[in-house]
Amino acid sequence: MRIGLVVNPVAGMGGAVGLKGTDGPGIVEEARSRGAVERAGPRTREALALLAARVPGAELIVAPGALGADWADGLALSFPPIEMPLLTGTARDTKTAVAAMGDVDLIVFTGGDGTARDVAGTAEGTPILGIPAGVKMHSGVFAVTPRAAGALIADLLNAPDRIRWRDAEIMDIDEVALRTGTISPRLYGMARTPTSGGLMQAAKGGPPPDAEGAVKGAAKSIAGAMEPDVLYIVGPGRSAGAVIAAAGHEPTLLGVDALLNGEVVARDATARDLHTLMDTHPVRVIVGVTGHQGFVLGRGNQQIDPDVLRRAGPDGLTIIASPEKLSSLAAPRLLVDTGDAALDAEFSGFHRVATGPGRMTMMRLSSE
Amino acid sequence: MTRLPDFHAAKWDEPVIYEIGRQGARGQIFDAPEKRVADAVGTDLIPHAMSRKDTPDLPEITEFEAQRHFLHLSQMTLGMMGISLFGTCTMKYNSKAAEFATLRPELAEVHPFQHPDTLQGVLEIIHDFDGILQNLSGMDQFIFQAGGGADAAYTMATVARAYWADKGMLGQRTEMVTSVQAHPCNPATAAAAGFDVVNLPLEENGYPYLEALKAAVSEKTALIMINNPDDMGIYNPEIKEWTRIAKEAGALCFYDHANFNGVMGKLSARELGFDACMFMLHKTFGAPKAGGGPAVGAFGCTAQLAPYVPGPVVVKEGDSYILDEDRSKSTGKVREYWGNVPQVVKAYAWARAMGAEGINLASDISVVANNYMDKKLAEIPGLEISNPDNGAWRMEMTRWSLGPLTEETGVSTVHFANRMADYGIDPYWMSHEPWIVAEPFTPEAGELWSKEDIDTWIAVIAKIAKEARENPDMVKSAPHNQPVAQAKGDAFEDPAKWAMTWRAYQRKVIGDETKKGVA
Repeated sequence: MRIGLVVNPVAGMGGAVGLKGTDGPGIVEEARSRGAVERAGPRTREALALLAARVPGAELIVAPGALGADWADGLALSFPPIEMPLLTGTARDTKTAVAAMGDVDLIVFTGGDGTARDVAGTAEGTPILGIPAGVKMHSGVFAVTPRAAGALIADLLNAPDRIRWRDAEIMDIDEVALRTGTISPRLYGMARTPTSGGLMQAAKGGPPPDAEGAVKGAAKSIAGAMEPDVLYIVGPGRSAGAVIAAAGHEPTLLGVDALLNGEVVARDATARDLHTLMDTHPVRVIVGVTGHQGFVLGRGNQQIDPDVLRRAGPDGLTIIASPEKLSSLAAPRLLVDTGDAALDAEFSGFHRVATGPGRMTMMRLSSE
Repeated sequence: MTRLPDFHAAKWDEPVIYEIGRQGARGQIFDAPEKRVADAVGTDLIPHAMSRKDTPDLPEITEFEAQRHFLHLSQMTLGMMGISLFGTCTMKYNSKAAEFATLRPELAEVHPFQHPDTLQGVLEIIHDFDGILQNLSGMDQFIFQAGGGADAAYTMATVARAYWADKGMLGQRTEMVTSVQAHPCNPATAAAAGFDVVNLPLEENGYPYLEALKAAVSEKTALIMINNPDDMGIYNPEIKEWTRIAKEAGALCFYDHANFNGVMGKLSARELGFDACMFMLHKTFGAPKAGGGPAVGAFGCTAQLAPYVPGPVVVKEGDSYILDEDRSKSTGKVREYWGNVPQVVKAYAWARAMGAEGINLASDISVVANNYMDKKLAEIPGLEISNPDNGAWRMEMTRWSLGPLTEETGVSTVHFANRMADYGIDPYWMSHEPWIVAEPFTPEAGELWSKEDIDTWIAVIAKIAKEARENPDMVKSAPHNQPVAQAKGDAFEDPAKWAMTWRAYQRKVIGDETKKGVA
């Protein structure tokens, strides 16, 4: 297995000094002047040290200098140098390094959501894994800790049967807007990512659970129970999209679709499109859950705005997710952040999540 | 200092029983009956229409060879007499006295279709054991038809279905509420009986919030099904509130007593507010286990639900015992006849031998032994107890995690379990699905094992944790002292590959299409 490594050396520097991130020109200098220290490098080293201890001599394709090799120096790892143009100190470096790696089976990167976007955007289709070091990490491609990332890479090389592969969201927030107090995260795409699945025991066990089948079954139940003359607004992502698919249509994975009487009446709809449609019909909203953080409202689906949510109400909200996704959340609760505190409070409390055909899990929704 | 077992399993490289022996070989050869006997019996002892046309395809070996073969197999599989702190299964010694009781002709030679007048002894045992379980649970009626714990859970689901149908409310009461940590048989059997399943997630203390239950139950709830303690070994102290909230919503409450060992004699399902419960006789009550075969899930319920249980029910009328089949509201059978009666007799023998005080004491010992084990395990680096913030004592078993050790060394809980067999120790039970803690294992110390046995088991765990750091590849490639190295588990996921019988092996592996059958 060929594994590439690229580090965004300035990732995460803005966080501690109140800059929300390091995207955009001049921000790194600003962060440094406010006393920020580099954290991506040391976190990379933490992951690599565990890897070197577990798999001495492991070979990686590592970007040069601060983009990778500096942090692997002196560890029992093998990393032949790769050729790439001089560093520019910008996001372009990440993309150049990914391009210079050539054909790899997995790209490990250190950074946050911005870095994840850069990596996934450059090496489209290649699986990626994030060593967490950013300020914002809404994407589902990050290991929980740098050490966990190191352990996962070791397993990939040593015990690939322990690894499961899944599709995760690549999400990012526009930091310029965030610095002025407006949150506008978006779903940029999906990427394949490894996760530590563990080996299952045979005795008393049975075949491993089928997350995709569970979501499909749940989606079929939801689609089958749809009522006439009700507008169903179906959020982005694979799980919610499965409902559109169960109704016999192709979902807009990265956007919001609307269904009425079994037909798609809006594709990749904006909030304004939805307002126009909901004038004449009762409204229900169907959304998925973002990996790890567990957002259901306010991340990646801002088109479903407070006006839409007020019309649907908490009883008109259907959430769909695989049991696997729910059990891998950082905390056993789901998050809402609609931008309207009163509305957040209205949607808070225990809510049913459809996890399979005739299967539901109660999950607490909260805004913190 | 506990001495580690220096063990090596026997390896007998011998064929399966069908491939040994020779034509004509027999266990016993009997002379033909004397003429006087033959004349008396006649030639139609077995009616012509009932006698088989072909000869059965059985191995042909001597009795001695059969004994030797099975001795060898047991030597290669740790013999089921080792130290096995196999959590969630409540390992107990199955006494020879109980075994001999079931070999008596009064039981071994009877058939359930005999007239009840000729079955009074065995019916009395069933009736009296029902009484013993009533005393342990506060329920009003037990039946033993279910062939295991999951079958008893299914019995509950069908009893609930019959109950709500009888009330004319089955169309409204469509949901079963349980916890994600309940045994998988609860959601599975409720779904099989046609109910939708609502799961409650666990909070940091190890059990779901009451608020989650309140939000989950409604006029749609048919029943709740819950374990307590669960497989983490955590007893939910709010259980009375659970049944109160569920009852307030009109739901039935079922107590899955699979984990009864730590609380037997201490609490009553009835007093906690439950309408029904089940006990596993092949676990808690000292009867032997056997994969899905002769197990018994004893299902008990209050008088309110008793009309709906599967029949027949053993009833005492005057001085005699009868089989009451005339039950118009019964949900119907979940299994044939009255259940695995020899198991009931063994459990009855166990309960009579233990007595009420003995049962109470066994429960205390199992909890004390488990907490002793927990304290020792906590001293081994790389191991982590589940729900560490819950400061309460664990009950008869505890869910542990090897997560930190796995992250450090790459040695997983499956590798670890394989290595245990190299010390002659049965690999531990890991966890039911879903795995809530990373790299889980679930030991249960129980009242059977001596302190020396538990110390040996812990010493093996500590030794393997050390080996994982010093030589992870050796642990990962274990077992090394066993006749078979790692088995490939993927065969168990493909019905086209697995073969549980010789006939299935001939068909699926050898490719003999004439050998019909399912497994």
